[in-house]
Amino acid sequence: MTAEPLAAEHAAARRQGLSVGLATGVYGVSFGALGVAAGLDTWQTVALSLLLFTGGSQFAFVGIMASGGSPITAVATSTLLGIRNGLYGLQLARVLRLRGWRRLAAAQVTIDESTAVALAQDEPEVQATGFWAAGLGVYAFWNLSTLVGAIAGNAMGDPRAWGLDAAAAAAFVALIWPRLRDRTGRITAGLAAAIALISFAPMPAGVPVLLAAIAAIVVGLVTAGPSRARDIEQPEGDLL
Amino acid sequence: MSTTALWIAVLAACALGFVAKYAGYLVPESLVDGRRRSRIIGLLPVALLAGLLVTQTVGGDHGIVLDARLAAVALAVVLLWLRANFVLVVFAAAALAAGLRALGWG
Repeated sequence: MTAEPLAAEHAAARRQGLSVGLATGVYGVSFGALGVAAGLDTWQTVALSLLLFTGGSQFAFVGIMASGGSPITAVATSTLLGIRNGLYGLQLARVLRLRGWRRLAAAQVTIDESTAVALAQDEPEVQATGFWAAGLGVYAFWNLSTLVGAIAGNAMGDPRAWGLDAAAAAAFVALIWPRLRDRTGRITAGLAAAIALISFAPMPAGVPVLLAAIAAIVVGLVTAGPSRARDIEQPEGDLL
Repeated sequence: MSTTALWIAVLAACALGFVAKYAGYLVPESLVDGRRRSRIIGLLPVALLAGLLVTQTVGGDHGIVLDARLAAVALAVVLLWLRANFVLVVFAAAALAAGLRALGWG
């Protein structure tokens, strides 16, 4: 395979990564403002974005501190929400194949957005481009806007009024979309969605998304048996 | 709470968050190389992101909430069906949710 025919795909993956970075960057302003409002100082708020760098965990951490919860609960919930990043890493490790400091850097930017942009691409090398574009793009904009929000407060008001929460959900639909072309992807996503929906009310934050992984296990076990010929035709990695 | 205690909590959350991320990259290939395991791991991102999408679309503080987010996601699906591009899908969804909320719904 030459690089030429994939040049357009690489460029599209980079654009997609940058768009996702810009969009989440706007949310960073509200995180920065919420962090300071929760009683953290500017540096603690900034440290969460630089070091923890996973939005769900960060919002949970400051939300629990703001509502007077114990720091132990805040750390535990944040960690529970972060476990899915490790599950993304299982597959990303095989796509990126990195060692040393590059692997450390990849782990730090392994989040929902970078995984989703990688997932939206077809070729493994384009998946890597999408992963880095989204990972580094989100890292840059998220940290910059966290700093702005922590210092200046939330000048833009409630992000919900701008429809930004819906924009985030719509972005994930668009990024999952290419994987819904084949039946295995559709069934996995449908089952995962059903599990998350049923378990949402009774389970603590972060658990429904982890339970959705059961869909991958069930579909993986069922399809690994009979569709042997397809597996040989489609080697690992094609489904990211 | 003292600044020191808060710093300890912040740094503990950061350290554990990184451990969770890096752990996925450290699992030996021999553990994930079988045909079945390989398929399961290949399907994990789409399963987790579909689960995440549900919690983002209808998740509220105390259970399921149907509001402007669901309408926006439905619009996104229609636009994707019509092969609209990524940025348009995201902008249209945001605009619909913002519009509905401005009208006092969701």
